[in-house]
Amino acid sequence: MSTEQLLGLVTGVVFGFLLQKGRVLRFDKQINAMLLKDMTIFKFMLSSILVGMVGILLLSDLEIIQLSHKPMNVGAIVIGGALFGIGWAIMGFCPGTSIGALGEGRWHAVFAILGMIVGAAIYAELFPFFKSTVLSWKDFGKIGLPEVIDVSHWIIVPIFWSGILALFFWFEKKRL
Amino acid sequence: MKRQTGDGGWSPYFAGALLGLLAIASVYATTYYLGKTSYLGASTTFVRAAGIIEKTVALEHVTENEYFTKTKIKVDWQFMLVLGIFLGAFISSTTEKSFKMESVPPTWEDRFGPSIAKRAIGAFFGGIVAMVGARMADGCPSGHGLSGMMQLSVSALVALPIFFVSAVLVANIVYRRRS
Repeated sequence: MSTEQLLGLVTGVVFGFLLQKGRVLRFDKQINAMLLKDMTIFKFMLSSILVGMVGILLLSDLEIIQLSHKPMNVGAIVIGGALFGIGWAIMGFCPGTSIGALGEGRWHAVFAILGMIVGAAIYAELFPFFKSTVLSWKDFGKIGLPEVIDVSHWIIVPIFWSGILALFFWFEKKRL
Repeated sequence: MKRQTGDGGWSPYFAGALLGLLAIASVYATTYYLGKTSYLGASTTFVRAAGIIEKTVALEHVTENEYFTKTKIKVDWQFMLVLGIFLGAFISSTTEKSFKMESVPPTWEDRFGPSIAKRAIGAFFGGIVAMVGARMADGCPSGHGLSGMMQLSVSALVALPIFFVSAVLVANIVYRRRS
């Protein structure tokens, strides 16, 4: 195994461990988040974003790591995002959690994983068509919010933190 | 704040914050050891898995395909990360004894009954639609939802709300009991 593969595996084991401990792998947790009855997934994701954001933006400022924005391609994000949401609601897993759910014994995730592999193959076949249609409408490129609104990320981060913390207090007050 | 939840898990705030630390450690480690910053993600691995499987039956077709060529079909860092998720969840669930063979999840059964075939069809076709969407959007709740949000990427700030709004609308149509 190469260093690259070993590093990926070790990181993945910790990732999967935390997803399992956070109880976000389960079909019922995912669907109840979508039915707005159980906010576990939101609490988990937003907490990781709050913490990760500070370290990653700091490491980027220190030029230790590089940011890697995905392109803001309007058609791709809007149509692809909507399609993803439809499929996510029906299968009850996202790509990462389907694999973790299988690790927890929820073997029906196999069907979701097979479906996603077939979906990836279909996308590869249809890529030329999407490239000349959806993907060609309007691409703003790889952009970050701080450059777009011309405000330092160290102003955006505290605002983001305040908003999310307020949301967390509201979740706890409502016992969601 | 309680660290444990009623079902023996960790508080989602605590586990999520630890995942944030992992994300920071991971971008540092990939940059240091591999010379290129890699971010947590999962959906590209499904393209590589599809490519690896298709190669066994139609090698030329895969090498000629523009999307497979662009994605580079190999067992890379993210591929191993995804396999690691399986192992990590397995280790965590077996050591705390919450590992459970489940063929039909309770919420699904409440709505569609105990048929494994129905669940399999839902999961399979849902999976197809979700992956076509994730590849079009160039990310899933890991790549956009976690990694993109942490970098304040505009694409993630738009994609994540769209993922959720679409999923909330569909889930409310599919799983709400008409009673």
